[in-house]
Amino acid sequence: MTSLLTVRGIVKTFPGVRALDGVDLDVAAGEVHCLLGQNGAGKSTLIKVLAGAHQPDAGELTWAGRPVTFPGPHAADAAGIATIHQELDLVPGLSVAENVVLGHEPSRLGFTRFRDAEALTRGLLLRLGHPEIPPRREVGRLSAAGQQVVSVARALARDARLIVMDEPTAVLDPNEVRNLFRVVGELTADGVAVVYISHRLEEIRAIGDRVTVLKDGATVARDLPARTTPTAEVIRLMTGRPVEHAIPPPSAPPGEEVVLEVEDLAGPGFGGVSFTVRAGEVVGLAGLVGSGRSEIVETVYGARRATAGTVRVRGRALRTGSVPAAVRAGMGLCPEERKSQGLLLHESVARNVSLAALGRFARAGFLGPDAESDAARAVLARLDVRPADPSRPVRTLSGGNQQKVVLARWLLRGGRVLLLDEPTRGVDVGARGEIYALVRQLAEQGVAVVVVSSEIPEVLGLADTVLVVREGRVVRTAPAAELDEGRVLDLVMGAAHV
Amino acid sequence: MSEQTTGRAPAESAAGAAGAGVTGPRAGGAARDAGPSPWGRLFLGGVGHNLGLVAVLALLAVVGVATADTFATTANLLTILTSASIIGVITVGATFVIIGGGIDLSVGKLMALASVWATTVATQSFGPWVMVFCALAVGAAGGLVNGLLIAYGRIVPFIVTLAMLISAQGLAERISGRRSQIVTDPAIAAIATTRVLGIPLLVYLFAAVVAVGWVVLNRTTFGRRTFAIGGNPEAARLAGLDVRRHTAALYVVSGLCCGVAAIMIASLTTTGSSTHGTLYELDAIAAVIIGGTLLSGGRGTLIGSILGVLVFTTITNLFVLNNLDTDVQNIAKGAIIVAAVLVQARARRATP
Repeated sequence: MTSLLTVRGIVKTFPGVRALDGVDLDVAAGEVHCLLGQNGAGKSTLIKVLAGAHQPDAGELTWAGRPVTFPGPHAADAAGIATIHQELDLVPGLSVAENVVLGHEPSRLGFTRFRDAEALTRGLLLRLGHPEIPPRREVGRLSAAGQQVVSVARALARDARLIVMDEPTAVLDPNEVRNLFRVVGELTADGVAVVYISHRLEEIRAIGDRVTVLKDGATVARDLPARTTPTAEVIRLMTGRPVEHAIPPPSAPPGEEVVLEVEDLAGPGFGGVSFTVRAGEVVGLAGLVGSGRSEIVETVYGARRATAGTVRVRGRALRTGSVPAAVRAGMGLCPEERKSQGLLLHESVARNVSLAALGRFARAGFLGPDAESDAARAVLARLDVRPADPSRPVRTLSGGNQQKVVLARWLLRGGRVLLLDEPTRGVDVGARGEIYALVRQLAEQGVAVVVVSSEIPEVLGLADTVLVVREGRVVRTAPAAELDEGRVLDLVMGAAHV
Repeated sequence: MSEQTTGRAPAESAAGAAGAGVTGPRAGGAARDAGPSPWGRLFLGGVGHNLGLVAVLALLAVVGVATADTFATTANLLTILTSASIIGVITVGATFVIIGGGIDLSVGKLMALASVWATTVATQSFGPWVMVFCALAVGAAGGLVNGLLIAYGRIVPFIVTLAMLISAQGLAERISGRRSQIVTDPAIAAIATTRVLGIPLLVYLFAAVVAVGWVVLNRTTFGRRTFAIGGNPEAARLAGLDVRRHTAALYVVSGLCCGVAAIMIASLTTTGSSTHGTLYELDAIAAVIIGGTLLSGGRGTLIGSILGVLVFTTITNLFVLNNLDTDVQNIAKGAIIVAAVLVQARARRATP
């Protein structure tokens, strides 16, 4: 196979950190090349090097047979490399067509020729199998999947020969994922190369041709066949150790005391939700993105106002729409979007951990210098957060360790109810196992746990009781033992699947 | 303000890069040793950044000694401190608001309104304590209105406090009939003339407000939560903090500082007037920014802000001593703001 892009020995250091330490990568025209690695393995930095956003300190890039450097994003763009970032970089206030041609507007005498732009966009959307997206629609009003299609269209409008997709399915539901895969298939049939990054091994099996694995900033294996390499082998390469994939089974049945009672709860996008969680019980909410599962949990927590229904903790009804009331009652939430909803990125680990329990370290509102450091250190050690330095800025931690910091916040406060929304999203395989074990441990100590996840095996493995949510309704409540993945998938998809 | 726009992106990308060091044991060891570069350490955060400002002050002092014989006299240094005291007190409040992710444009005119209200014939007839109470109450009430509209009315701080600036000015003019109201109470007038151990009482007041502000910001849960709310309001809310109540409280703090400043300026000028405090809001914000506080909130130091005030006041003093026009002085101040923020942005970029 002749390479479209060859990367050899790329090194990139930031002050104090060797982010890339010898990366090799070969991408051929017309293939889907999967890039695998744990959080912090260097995938993001590598993408930025390919996009011209970072300049490597050493190493070579060869593009279509010629050595190249990309001094800036413009150079990579001109060469034909397009990147579709996790956070889509579209301008929400502009129309679909304006976004597609942004920076390359067809114009005459400085005036954009909107008609040409719209015709071009319509053609591209048709090619991508999405003729239903109107070129004049404001991008901010499209669904996440629709916006992704627009990003791909934008890449094609610039004659991209290589498209880098960074976790494109993180925000998509299974139907949309299938559609994306079809688009990827058509692109590669046209000779476009795709570098595909995902945490989901099954996706890589579905559409990948070859796999390159990064670990600690270096390539540890390249050009593995995507479909036939055993999962255990891939995980071993990513983590450098065999990983306990299984979720530990509960060691004891949950207690009798009902800690959390949700009765007939309703809010925008969902309604009629009732469930109880006993001490030591893990209740799982399975559902697709947009099914209302996150809204339900956030409403239980008081972060959204309920239009009807009550939430009781140990028999006492909570004031609706008040997070402080929920926290006082002993609830804690690890939110879905860790960075934007969970962390003070500029602050130290200790200050992030102590945030919810600050009053405990103060006397009449006064705090000693670093009053909470010792307490933070103890919790961090218990969760094995690495590095275990409470004064380190939390933004320098990997995704898995950041998630542990958010968990540590509620461990330190010591509540009775823990709500976990997508606790392992963007968390590497190793840290996943540790988070599963921690959930078990907390349940054994009598904490009532609610887990929301789009990964059905995760819900089935962790939960004692599973609620399947579809279109804002609980369509099935059953003990996890009575369900299997296929059954839940059927329920989750509902009529669309049948 | 380049740091406001460009500071984020490198921080984010570096965060991803730094994460690489954390998973691997080998790279993790390297990462642990790494701190900011010496250059970054000098200008970043807490002590480091402030050392940079102290260096600037020292430089200004050298220029002062070289160009004006009277610069290094005790009398002149006290003049600098005295003229820094009123804007300094206001800057303390502004620092709280800005670290908490807001902005308060109404400070100057809130101070003017408080000075007018405290010096009406009617208020003065009740004596000095009522005058002080009145100034503090007016400042706090103005701040409370700001805070309630911002926190519970969900209107952008810029707009609320701009409206407050305009209406406080109008109300001050209406109460005073656009006349300067003379302070007849000897106790209030004496604040500006009293010296303790040779230092004006105004300077002690300034120091006291700074000290209280520093303790509250750095040694109380209120201060810690201010950083949290400014840094990531959504995370703070989901951690159980009452973000709205806290936000409202921050504007009350700012208003209270305006009340204190109103008494000080009424004493210093022996008048209460609607013309007091014009453009003080911009001076205060400028001082906070060159003091290293992010305009987007979540990071900053009070000492930096105070050093910022001293830098500005010293420049003014240098220009006065050298008989230079205020127009040149304003150009110099503008240049200093840009230079300070450029240096900070560079320092930030140089660190992971």
